[in-house]
Amino acid sequence: MYVAVKGGEHAIANAHQWLGEIRRGDTLFDALSLDQIREQLALSVARVMAEGSLYDPDLAALAIKQARGDLIEAIFLIRAYRTTLPRLGYALPVDTSSMRCIRRISATFKDIPGGQILGPTFDYTHRLLDFRLAADGEIGAASKAEALSEDVPHILELLNRDDLIQEEELTNAEPGDLTREPLALPASRAVRLQALARGDEGFLLGLGYSTQRGYARNHAFVGELRIGMVAVEIMIPELGFAIEIGEVEVTECETVNQFQGSKTEPPQFTRGYGLTFGQQERKTIAMALVDRALRWRELGEDDLGAAAQDEEFVLSHCDNIQATGFVEHIKLPHYVDFQSELELVRQMRRDAATRQRRQQDD
Amino acid sequence: MTEQIITPSANDKNDTTTHNPETHNFDATDSYNFAYLDEQTKRMIRRALLKALAIPGYQVPFASREMPMPYGWGTGGVQVTAACLTPDDCVKVIDQGADDTTNAVSIRSFFARTAGVRTTEATDEASLIQTRHRIPETELTEGQLLVYQVPIPEPLRFLEPRETETRKMHALSEYGLMHVKLYEDISQHGHIATAYAYPVNVEGRYVMDPSPIPKFDNPKMSDCAAIQLFGAGREQRIYAIPPYSHVKSLDFEDYPFDRLRAPGACALCGADDSYLDEVIMDDQGTRMYVCSDTDYCSTRHERGHVGDQSDLFDSEEG
Repeated sequence: MYVAVKGGEHAIANAHQWLGEIRRGDTLFDALSLDQIREQLALSVARVMAEGSLYDPDLAALAIKQARGDLIEAIFLIRAYRTTLPRLGYALPVDTSSMRCIRRISATFKDIPGGQILGPTFDYTHRLLDFRLAADGEIGAASKAEALSEDVPHILELLNRDDLIQEEELTNAEPGDLTREPLALPASRAVRLQALARGDEGFLLGLGYSTQRGYARNHAFVGELRIGMVAVEIMIPELGFAIEIGEVEVTECETVNQFQGSKTEPPQFTRGYGLTFGQQERKTIAMALVDRALRWRELGEDDLGAAAQDEEFVLSHCDNIQATGFVEHIKLPHYVDFQSELELVRQMRRDAATRQRRQQDD
Repeated sequence: MTEQIITPSANDKNDTTTHNPETHNFDATDSYNFAYLDEQTKRMIRRALLKALAIPGYQVPFASREMPMPYGWGTGGVQVTAACLTPDDCVKVIDQGADDTTNAVSIRSFFARTAGVRTTEATDEASLIQTRHRIPETELTEGQLLVYQVPIPEPLRFLEPRETETRKMHALSEYGLMHVKLYEDISQHGHIATAYAYPVNVEGRYVMDPSPIPKFDNPKMSDCAAIQLFGAGREQRIYAIPPYSHVKSLDFEDYPFDRLRAPGACALCGADDSYLDEVIMDDQGTRMYVCSDTDYCSTRHERGHVGDQSDLFDSEEG
């Protein structure tokens, strides 16, 4: 009996073996290859890369396989790997206006220079189960069009030209890095955006949604949403110029938000911003809503006490690796603390019973 | 958003040199640095530790890394241990006072694997002890390090959830709220209703969370010969108590602090001075009480001390 409450090496080893077996599933069926995961579960891969903050589709596919499809577990694997990687350098800011877009839409204008490109979206699919996929039916290749060769300017810059939208301050200040410095509050917007980009999709979705339902409503439209490849460049000091070291797929969302104006600012539109690795529209739109809500102080708006406005609340709780660790850790042994509480409760019950007896005697 | 991370190309993934340029005692099968963390990270943590020792009880922010075990499993303690380890160290890991609880086993094997250091279950043999929720019963000595795993480093957190506020309260030694809480406990329950993570004051300055140790252990923190280091990974804080510091559990003159343990003696070794776990033996509610500190219990047993159910000990060994 006494032995049974103790864990030990043997139990752990057995658990890991069982996990390995059950991960593989029934060997009647082929094992998943990383290529299959990367190619066919690309949106899972994108989420793991974004919240794992490491752009590597192959490793993300491996993590998803190892995690049995549990994306937060996969994100955790990627984070734990990422933290061991040496920093070779910092890239220059990516230029999303020279993105090779596979999708680009604006909700605020009917037509836009460069055109609206729907791209590979679920938006207008009817959500009917496609049984051809279950029957392994191959679906034919899509038709092709000529790619645009020129840069694609951001739509909101058009408003900027007329001074109708608040201009973001250009700064060459070095952005903070949450993975190298502890979070200090209040945080700069750059640090906030980094936290949101790594933050849990579900958490941001809920918070963004809450702003739309009136908890610090900020009247947002999607000014522009674009998905595509951008070049990553790094400055080589020995050469004196930047060279391109690769491309990453990103999703970028800029919201345009109504703004009544303040004591110092005339009425004009304002922005929220979202950017993530991979194709992740839901996350980037939610991120932009939350980013905008967090800007209340800078824009001279009222603190309405809404969760999405509360920087400390949002930044302290948006990381799903932190959250899942702490939430799940209560399954670890706590019997020493519990024993201590048990003794205290017993002592307090004894005292209460004594008091009651005394009162009855009186 | 200009932060971009440069990752090595796929071909570099198995290139061990990217991980480990300069250290010894390297386990080639794992291709990680000595004690897992890279040297830059260790240096950052050591700086935080030195600052923490210089300002006893003060919570020093540090850039906690993601570790290969979850937040909540002791990532803060693991990082502190990793930053302190040398190849000559001998490590003991306990969870709930026991060396053989699953998480203690897991963390001990992590350091045996990534640092190749000796491990032990004997408190007096260890140069570094990492603990979750207990302080060993055996008195610690000079030269030993005791590393605590800390979930919530902020003793004021459940009175004021905002870090921005609590930092101010610490800066101003504004601890009235805590005393009011303790007073309200007494007025409502007749006792201070905190049985573990019982707040302490260090060297008359900072109020500190001792980590979720039972308050039975609190007095061991004061005037302790060992260096006590506290790591909170998820909350990114490190704090410390230098050797022989005065650590006082908060109380009132008319309601002095008292230790709390299950009454009676250990059923295995007969100790009547140790913290006891209550073990439920059957569905009739039969219970036995045994030392939570497994090393203390087995050492006493080896020396011939017996409890009233010591035969269980022998059957466990057999």
